[in-house]
This record gives sequence, structure tokens and C-alpha cells, in this order.
Amino acid sequence: MANNNIGPKRLVVGAHYGVKDWLVQRVTAVLMVVYTAVLFFMIFTSSTPSYEGWAALFAKQWFKLFSAVTLLALFYHAWVGVRDIWMDYIKPVGLRLFLQIATIGWLIACAAWSLQILWSV
Amino acid sequence: MTEAVREAPKKERPEFRNIHVTDIMKYRLPMAGIVSILHRISGALMFLLLPFVLYLLQESLRSEYTFANFMIIASHPIAKLVMLALVWGYTQHFCAGVRHLIMDTHVGLDKDSARKSATVVVVITVIVTALVALKLFGVF
Repeated sequence: MANNNIGPKRLVVGAHYGVKDWLVQRVTAVLMVVYTAVLFFMIFTSSTPSYEGWAALFAKQWFKLFSAVTLLALFYHAWVGVRDIWMDYIKPVGLRLFLQIATIGWLIACAAWSLQILWSV
Repeated sequence: MTEAVREAPKKERPEFRNIHVTDIMKYRLPMAGIVSILHRISGALMFLLLPFVLYLLQESLRSEYTFANFMIIASHPIAKLVMLALVWGYTQHFCAGVRHLIMDTHVGLDKDSARKSATVVVVITVIVTALVALKLFGVF
């Protein structure tokens, strides 16, 4: 390992966060595709749209947890995408850092809010 | 040799930079490029509208009373337009995302298939958005 880390073979991407974020974006995307399919199936197989039917769907424990995991995946997915946007267009380091911190804060707040919503029914 | 190099007139070397925002309209992007920038725009749109979506979800779920409130909000023309924008964003991002996932398996990477799949993404999105628009504004 140490011998490979010199000259042209020097390891310059050791953090591997590029690959990690790429993978996170794919895994969370697949999860959201599956959730979309399940949600559509549940809506179209249910009877006439009403509060009772809608609330009953979200009252099921498996659906509540599935929704929670998918929403958390969505927020992680959004973090990777929004961070890319800041990195591409916002060059001043201070402003970029501020926007990234604001994004993280906002997404964590959304995550907490989502859980609150899901467990209110 | 060194003399010749020194005496050669300095040519103006062309400078290539990233596309600036003000240049956007001057560029004719290929179909795959259009889908690429629309992926970013739709993603940003959904990120910015997150509070609206979560608010609607909250109102629709919390109680029968808030559900009625949700129905009132959802029937407002401006809310319908925002929801339509969200439907467009979701469908665009969904289709282009599935295209990404397929391409990750090394399928359809050549120029021709990439252009075709990009066109399919845009066409599906436009059809779905148009159908939802007709439904939202009560045509059927």
C-alpha cells in the first residue's frame, strides 16, 4: 500500500466519498422507484378516495416504516444532488459552506417533520 | 532554434471556459444535454418545494378536519399549477433517473441510443404532465 502511494500511482482520491455518494444516490433512487410503484398500487387498488382510506393506508405499521425509510432516503438523495449544485455554481468558499450547512440543517428539519407527520396518524 | 522561437509572433490562443449562465440561450444542446440540465432543474425545483409537499402530506393525514383543508388548498388554481410543476419535475426526474440507472449497467451508452432514450424521457414526461394537467383542470 505505502509503496504504491508515490509517483504517478499516488492516491489522490483516498476519501472515496465520490464513489460513496454515487452509490448512495443509486440505492436511494431504486428505493424511491419501488416506493412509487407500491404507493400507486395501494392507491389504485383502494376504493373511492377518502380520508378514511388514505389514513388507514398510513396507519399500517409496515407502510409507515416504508414511508419513513423512503423519505429519509429522499433527503439523503437530495443532499447529494443539492451539494453538487452548490459545488458547480457557487465559487466563494464562505458562501458555499454557508449554503451547504443551511441545506443540511433544512434537510434534517424536513426529516424530523416527516417522522412527526407519519406518526401523527 | 531558440532565436526562431523567440521571434515567432505570439498567436492569440483561444480560451475555453465553462458555459456562463448568460450564454445558456446561445447554446443548442443535444437531446441528452437537455435531459441532463432538466434533471438538475427538476431536482432543484422539488428540493425548493419540499415544504409545500410536506405541508400537504401533513394536512391530508392529520385528521378529517385537516383533510378537508387539504382538499380546499388542493383545489386552488395556483396550488394546482404548483402541483402540476411538481408532477412534471417528479416525472422528468423519475424517467431520467431510470435512464441513468439503465446506463449504469452499460446499456445504451452509444451516442445514438443515448439520444433516443433522452427523447423517450422527454416525450413520456410531456404526455404524463399533459394528462395530469387535463385531469387537474377538470377536462375529464
